[in-house]
Amino acid sequence: MRIKEHPIIDFKRGKEIYFYYNGKKLKAYEGETIAAALYANGIKILSHSLKLKRPRGFFCGIGKCSSCLMKVNGIPNIRTCITLVEENMIVEENDMELTEKNYPKCEFKKIETDIAVVGGGPAGLNAAIEAAKYARVLLIDENNRLGGQLIKQTHKFFGGKEQRAGKRGIEIAKELEEKIKERNVKILLNTSIIGYYDRGYHFLVGANNIKRIVYEIKANKVIFATGAQENMLIFDGNDLPGVYGAGGVQTLMNVYGVKPGNIGIIIGAGNVGLILAYQLLQAGVKVACIVEAMPKIGGYFVHAAKIRRCGVPIYTSHSIKKAYGNKCVEGAIIAKLDEKWNFIKGSEKNIECDFICLAVGLSPSTRLVAQTGADISFINEAGGWVALHNEYMETTKRGIYVAGDLANIEEASTAMLEGKIAGLHAIIDFVDNKSSIMKKIEEYMKELEIFREGYFGIRPKKAKEKIIRRYYEKMGSRGGY
Amino acid sequence: MKKWEVEGVIEINDIDLPNEEQLKKGVAIIECVQEIPCNPCVDACPLNAITMENINALPKIDYEKCIGCGKCIEACPGLAIFVVKVNEKALIMLPYEFLPLPKEGQKVKALNRQGKEICDAIVKKVKKGKTPIITIEVPPQYAMEARNIKVCFIHNP
Repeated sequence: MRIKEHPIIDFKRGKEIYFYYNGKKLKAYEGETIAAALYANGIKILSHSLKLKRPRGFFCGIGKCSSCLMKVNGIPNIRTCITLVEENMIVEENDMELTEKNYPKCEFKKIETDIAVVGGGPAGLNAAIEAAKYARVLLIDENNRLGGQLIKQTHKFFGGKEQRAGKRGIEIAKELEEKIKERNVKILLNTSIIGYYDRGYHFLVGANNIKRIVYEIKANKVIFATGAQENMLIFDGNDLPGVYGAGGVQTLMNVYGVKPGNIGIIIGAGNVGLILAYQLLQAGVKVACIVEAMPKIGGYFVHAAKIRRCGVPIYTSHSIKKAYGNKCVEGAIIAKLDEKWNFIKGSEKNIECDFICLAVGLSPSTRLVAQTGADISFINEAGGWVALHNEYMETTKRGIYVAGDLANIEEASTAMLEGKIAGLHAIIDFVDNKSSIMKKIEEYMKELEIFREGYFGIRPKKAKEKIIRRYYEKMGSRGGY
Repeated sequence: MKKWEVEGVIEINDIDLPNEEQLKKGVAIIECVQEIPCNPCVDACPLNAITMENINALPKIDYEKCIGCGKCIEACPGLAIFVVKVNEKALIMLPYEFLPLPKEGQKVKALNRQGKEICDAIVKKVKKGKTPIITIEVPPQYAMEARNIKVCFIHNP
């Protein structure tokens, strides 16, 4: 299952180590997650459902869903997809017992900062880099490394020079990581923010579950850049191990060098689905087809052309009817859709595959920012529930900012710009030369505007207009601040 | 709805084509038909043969200025540019991001935009880089068809 050679990525695996899964001794490499190590050992079933005991595999691969929860070193409900495997670690299936037990005690640590940035992806990293020029910055991420989803993007980015066009996501992640090291940013990895409290200042609670550390964070301003999560799709058999989120497969394959299977199908021909197909081919995995419910391809034509000339068919006006298999995916039934999105009888095709990737859109991860009391609103164009914010990315809760996919599902390039704007605006109270900061912010705003001018900018532009309009409606009705 | 929007495959009339003389000297064929915010090809061209009204516009190429150097192939994030030179044989430079890379002199299969094998091709040059650029030789009638290769080691151990 491990990828030995890759045209773009040089997998630098860590030291060989051993861990235990349900009593069995298994090999892993230092630096990979428990879920990746299990997968590389051929273990796809990570848990069973509570009532019907149906097998469950991983899904999102980035700590956003609960598909991979396991008991690790006696601690239940550990997200194995973001927790690093360690020598002699004991990994077991969750027993779902929630009895009072003497879990290892937690150590409490207090941190004070000017700016807390939650999420170390393209938006959060840029926010931290900009803000750290002028203020104390704390950057928190629940993953074991920075870069967010950039670390699995092997394709070259679009845009202009300012947006690092032509560079691959993995290279951009490295650049940003180096930049943040030059600045005096305090970084907390493997730490999830699990709560927000208004105590007259912004109070965040962070937790490192494995190390048993609780962080009490006092911040003047908070920038949330918590990204988004993969959408589910309803079809028969969608809970079978082997039905994965597209992003989860990218993580497994491009970050940890583990193949998701031998032959897969992808549901959704947006950019995520198209890019994933190409990445699977590069990893030496076959792609049987891409299935798209819309009558036309949603992603960039150039991405589609790349996989078409490798012989991968794209079936538009098609969807998945069923996934089947004994314990894991062994195949799928796809069928054509009519204009009313109903399956056309007799159009079914049986596709043999051992995994299915869902690339049917993302939803902003707003649960944390919602805790602050910032107004959340459902905006279809933005991908669902989003925090309302103004043009400077500040939410209706003063001192709370959002940036990136959390603030509207868009591109890494635009997330980076939003992060810069949020980072600079958050420190404006702390500096004397406010006009020079405002000038910079306006430059970034102009860049964003130009980026959103084309056909693919229509939706995000509409989303942003709605978000900002509703922000001012809310603030106006409250008499502003 | 255009065919490429549904199938991800352009038809030859979707792009501006060079004339016979221009094809003889070898020029870049930009198969970029959709407005996306992207312009590295403009910066990559040493002769300023590629222009764009704004970052979302389609690139325009001046085939008179273009010398077919292929710098734009590597710069294009969409891997949508090919250099085509047609004389008795057609030479095609294409981006190739897969392993194994073919060797110079190796016989491979040329694939069309649907990934179908259309003819044999000889690998003339392999330029390694961020995106490897492979130059293949095919019969001239396939100059506007061949856009990918299949490297098979069975015939070329």
